[in-house]
Amino acid sequence: MWLRNNALAASAALAAVLLASAIALIAFYVPVDADQGLSQKIFYFHVPIALTAYACFGWGAWKALRHLWKRQEGADLESYVAIHLGVIFGAMTLLTGSIWARASWGVWWAWSSKQLVLFLVLFLFYCAYFMLRFSVEPGPRRANLSAVYALFGVVLIPISFLAIRLAEDFIHPTVFTSNGPQMSGSMFFTFCVSWAAMLATFGALYRLELAGKRIDARMRELRELLA
Amino acid sequence: MSGYLSDVAALARKDLLLELRGRDTLPAMLLFVASALVIFHFALPSGTGELAGLGLLWVAIVFTALLGLSRAFVAEREQGVLDGLVLAPSDRSAIWLGKAIAAFAFLALAEVVALPLFALFFSSVDGATVAGVVLADVGICAVGVFLAAMSIATRARELLLPVLFLPLAIPLIVGGVGASVTENPGRYLGFLALYDLLFATICWASFEYVVAE
Repeated sequence: MWLRNNALAASAALAAVLLASAIALIAFYVPVDADQGLSQKIFYFHVPIALTAYACFGWGAWKALRHLWKRQEGADLESYVAIHLGVIFGAMTLLTGSIWARASWGVWWAWSSKQLVLFLVLFLFYCAYFMLRFSVEPGPRRANLSAVYALFGVVLIPISFLAIRLAEDFIHPTVFTSNGPQMSGSMFFTFCVSWAAMLATFGALYRLELAGKRIDARMRELRELLA
Repeated sequence: MSGYLSDVAALARKDLLLELRGRDTLPAMLLFVASALVIFHFALPSGTGELAGLGLLWVAIVFTALLGLSRAFVAEREQGVLDGLVLAPSDRSAIWLGKAIAAFAFLALAEVVALPLFALFFSSVDGATVAGVVLADVGICAVGVFLAAMSIATRARELLLPVLFLPLAIPLIVGGVGASVTENPGRYLGFLALYDLLFATICWASFEYVVAE
């Protein structure tokens, strides 16, 4: 009962605990990579953040589908909030990837990293989503257009992934790969905790954003009633 | 089904007839692509090679298509035709399909001039490139017309179309350039066909939500 009434507080607490333990594990528990040294530890942030960004985009598209298909109340707002967070996580993926590229290859940007290129394409795509959304008046029209564009996004993710793989044949062959040797048990455990932490952070932020947006909408309604 | 196809044919014929009488879009596209090719001559310093030229050909195709697509629904908007079409007792996806067929015809006509011109100015164009252009045109027109219908519903209007379209056009560029420059173009042509199939399906299924409230 308490959990249901305080879902936001509970998910925020869960995210905080998981994040703290992930950082502790990364700092003190997981062994330093023999090949890349200390800089490899950013892997435990970079990849979970990237996977969480996919989860955000997927969730946003799922809610968009619910909006178009079932006309579910509030699904448009949920889809928007998920994609908004996806763009934030995507920007963080680009940032951490860029730092990692600098640390291990000495350049801030590497076209040979497929993950980074894919995120650049997705980042551009979802920035266009914002432009679309904010140049239409709020209402059913905006909800429909945003939902349709969000659905395009989940089709674009695998297609772009495939395209970037294909492009390597004629752009230039892969010099560096981000998947090195197999992860050991402790590395995999840390990775999973870190991923769970990122997902929990997304969950908490998602609830927080939604609560804020809903209160905002209620306030506007009440103000209109009073006016 | 035959009703649907005749709706599509009527809508496509209307656009082709309008173009034939008004000549709004196609001359602009032709002039644009010819000027772009001349610009590319000066953008490519000597020694950059054939491959760079083939890459730029794809840039020219995408931007020429954008030029035409940004005009795709202007007549409908100015005359308020879209509301009438939405109210008409036919499937809404016919509006998309008819417009996409018309856009494909314009783009193909522009390329009938552009490709020989490219061969004249730069390097010869092989069969794989032509096949790639045809397959890419299908994708460009399917997605482009869909996004053009979206963008005219916004405040930004035509300005929004390139922003919405270019991230979605990146896989088309990859497939097209791959088909033009590599030894075995088969996989790139297959990839273009896959793109066309996927996006045409999603456009066809969701166009109703773009035009209807």
